[in-house]
Amino acid sequence: MNFAVVRFPGSNCDQDAVHAVVDVLGQPGGLAWHKDRELPPATDCVIVPGGFSYGDYLRAGAMAAQSPIMAAVRAFAERGGPVLGICNGYQILTEARLLEGALTRNASLKFVCKDVHVKVEGQGTPFSRGLAGRVLRMPIAHAEGRFVHPDLPAFERTGRVIFRYVSAAGALDDDANPNGSSAAIAGTCNAAGNVVGLMPHPERACETLLGSADGRALFDTVLGAFAAGGCA
Amino acid sequence: MSAIARKTLIKRPQPEVTPQLAREHGLSAEEYQRVLGFLGRTPSYTELGIVSVMWSEHCSYKSSRIHLGKLPTRTTARTRVIQGPGENAGVIDIGDGQAAVFKMESHNHPSFVEPFQGAATGVGGILRDVFTMGARPIANLNSLRFGRPDHPRTRHLVDGVVAGIGHYGNCIGVPTVGGEVQFHAAYDGNILVNAFTLGLARADRIFLGTASGLGNPVLYVGSKTGRDGIHGASLLASSEFEAGKEGHRPRVQVGDPFTEKLLLEACLELMAVPDLLIGIQDMGAAGLTSSSVEMAARAGSGIELDLDQVPLREDGMVPYEVMLSESQERMLMVVARGREAEALAIFEKWDLDCAVIGRVTDSGRIVLRAHDTTYVDLPIEPLSEGAKYDRPRSRPTYLDELQAFDPRTLPTPADLAAALLAVLGSPTVASKEWVYRQYDHMVQDGTVIRPGAADAAVVRVVAPDGRQKGLALAVDCPSRLCYLDPYEGARLTVAECARNLVCVGAQPLAVTDCLNFGNPEKPEIMWQFVECVRGLSDMCRELDIPVVSGNVSLYNETDGKAIYPTPTVGIVGLIDDLTARPPLTQGFQRAGDAIVLLGLMTDELGGSEFLEVVHGKVAGAVPRLNEALELTVQRLTLDAARAGLLQSAHDLSEGGLAIGLAECCLTGPTPIGARIQAATPLRADHWLFSEGASRIVVTVRPDDLPRLAELASDLGAPALTLGTVGGSSLSVELGPAGGARAVVVDVPLADLGAAFHRGFARVAE
Repeated sequence: MNFAVVRFPGSNCDQDAVHAVVDVLGQPGGLAWHKDRELPPATDCVIVPGGFSYGDYLRAGAMAAQSPIMAAVRAFAERGGPVLGICNGYQILTEARLLEGALTRNASLKFVCKDVHVKVEGQGTPFSRGLAGRVLRMPIAHAEGRFVHPDLPAFERTGRVIFRYVSAAGALDDDANPNGSSAAIAGTCNAAGNVVGLMPHPERACETLLGSADGRALFDTVLGAFAAGGCA
Repeated sequence: MSAIARKTLIKRPQPEVTPQLAREHGLSAEEYQRVLGFLGRTPSYTELGIVSVMWSEHCSYKSSRIHLGKLPTRTTARTRVIQGPGENAGVIDIGDGQAAVFKMESHNHPSFVEPFQGAATGVGGILRDVFTMGARPIANLNSLRFGRPDHPRTRHLVDGVVAGIGHYGNCIGVPTVGGEVQFHAAYDGNILVNAFTLGLARADRIFLGTASGLGNPVLYVGSKTGRDGIHGASLLASSEFEAGKEGHRPRVQVGDPFTEKLLLEACLELMAVPDLLIGIQDMGAAGLTSSSVEMAARAGSGIELDLDQVPLREDGMVPYEVMLSESQERMLMVVARGREAEALAIFEKWDLDCAVIGRVTDSGRIVLRAHDTTYVDLPIEPLSEGAKYDRPRSRPTYLDELQAFDPRTLPTPADLAAALLAVLGSPTVASKEWVYRQYDHMVQDGTVIRPGAADAAVVRVVAPDGRQKGLALAVDCPSRLCYLDPYEGARLTVAECARNLVCVGAQPLAVTDCLNFGNPEKPEIMWQFVECVRGLSDMCRELDIPVVSGNVSLYNETDGKAIYPTPTVGIVGLIDDLTARPPLTQGFQRAGDAIVLLGLMTDELGGSEFLEVVHGKVAGAVPRLNEALELTVQRLTLDAARAGLLQSAHDLSEGGLAIGLAECCLTGPTPIGARIQAATPLRADHWLFSEGASRIVVTVRPDDLPRLAELASDLGAPALTLGTVGGSSLSVELGPAGGARAVVVDVPLADLGAAFHRGFARVAE
């Protein structure tokens, strides 16, 4: 499965995403440059990585959402291709309106870096199919990750909430919500389910040496979906 | 490159240079006479500016240089030095064709004046020092000193400094993996922000700050030059503070980590092109002036710049301002002649300003022109050689009284549990979680030991053959001990920092230092400095580790009150194979493990945290450091770790054994208690809180105790079984050998946890 990791100026988790898919999962993958208008040929999955694209001096992700490569990502998503936005990548996908809602300043007003637990739920996506009910431990590292949506009850009914912050035991509780997200939402998908965004970093949780390999489940799932021909 | 009109220099008559103006630039009368002497005429205004910054304490190390020469800086039996002090950063060989590149630097005065930007640009500066050498920065640490917890400015400074460090490191994507934070009234008017960066490079591709090759073009890359930071090095960093220092705020630079990220990627891309880059230097302190002069000085060449070509942020600047600006995120480089276009293409790809602003000459002079006028024509050699002073020094008279104090004359506190909780909850000792939560400490997928889990951080380095190696890193300085006895304090600093690395199972390899002191023109301060350098030097020799880079920060005084001498040390060490032997952490792992003290029990309370927190005293004789014992304890810990015998290891420092044990209880996978039973002739408070040197608390599975004892006896190292992990409290039972024992403290984990985890809230916003 060919992975394309989009590189914006200020991306800083691009190499981590490449490391996860290439070195850990053994898949072909490389970088897509923000000024390009096309994704690399034969791209099967797009990762929009974390970082501070264009410095995030406007709203996080707002500049990147307007960059040339995002037109190609949008076209790829419209064809049903799997797209995963991580952290800043999630912010970019919401700014590009590929995902609903917005990621706003953490309730604490501070950057927060730590391990969190998220529970997988919602409709099947290429990154979460078969994982529903699993509790995954992954790091977060962001200052703007508080999910908000103008019509949360309606959005909840669509089944597009994929990850929710929970305690280690899998329970919803305020202490487990690191940024004040509405309904403890950590990750969501689009209507078709092929575009997924989340604040936690699965690419930082692919090796036990680094503290957790739970994040690998997302990549293994998309590989499984691809092998079964059901990805795009 | 852009549609916006280029900003241009303005032509304005330069002020006349007088002895008075020279004095205002920080030059002494004698120094000004030297300028007139080597120049044979009165310098121009721009020339005066250049000389004054080059000869500032910050740039010239004029008070410290003759003493720094005593530090061991060469390859040892243990460590091959690729680049020692004098370049942008130090470089050592870590095997497999790889090199570790690292340095530590201060940004004290700017951080006091404007904590967020001051600290942020401190991080930005040290990152540039490391990547100009050809290394990708892989980890940051910092060492911070603030005033007393209840000082009205402390919260504001802590909040700003931590946010600033986090902002820069998080944005550029270099993990901040550890550090240390201490509080004391000595820093009320002058905080310390020391930033450390470690980078990874190919051992055969290290770049230096040299301007060589007659006719090679000189390139300016990065942010445009503005008026910020003018005289940061000469006036802000090289003089004492006085009341009303807010007036210095315009001298603090403003950081842009996004531009630096672009600069980092572009520079590394340029460096990968064979034979394109000749030399490179960060425009840090004293900006374009020091970078151009130092690069030409190292190469023994000359340099000519056309200041009209320098990218400017605003109209109306004059050459003087351009040369003294400390605008951030700028690099000066020399590339191979005729290949300018290749370099420009890379910077254009990354949307960075880049301009050819001059060329390398062989004149031995720096010549600066703008709008057809020569503004500067100075010989390089006297500029870079600068002044060099052997300043008078004298042992402070207060030391006799301080050292004569015997803490054993103080009574045992009535409530030892309360004393333990008070020390554990002092902001210097308490958990720094509030701090490191704000630092991205995991970006780059390499953080193996995270902050708060062990005495040192460990980051992964993958060798070309796929082997996963670990680089361990720590910074340390027990400043109180350096105040009470600068020589012994500095020795203890090096020993403790090396011990930190040993506690994760790493072999210490090399040292960087950041020497923070008061006004060197005062003989007592100069004495502290020289004694500390002697202590560092002696202990590095004992441990057989070289000093490969460093920084000196003087004039850390406000209204005549100096900081404690603070010779911060950073050490980098190696774990050869992380998969074969994962690094150790400090927390107790499971009930039933035996707790063993490697080292000796003493009643040395001089300069201890206990003495300050509980008795309100900073006095006494500092702990004795026996280098043979230190080496043996370190050897035993490393050998036992490599043999797989250890479940955890923790160095004892502030707060002694009681605090060390409490930290072990609280920082493992889940909090767990400990039962300690010891036969000792010592008084209970001495046993609990003594800060005797060369001690490590380890845990082993009960089955492994005999093997550890055997290893210890082979090495002649003291190893004393103290008790067992388990239970829901830290209980300590003491008594004389053969006599009755009594429980001296039995503190529930919940109380320990509350003190440890809430202690920092006193200083946090």
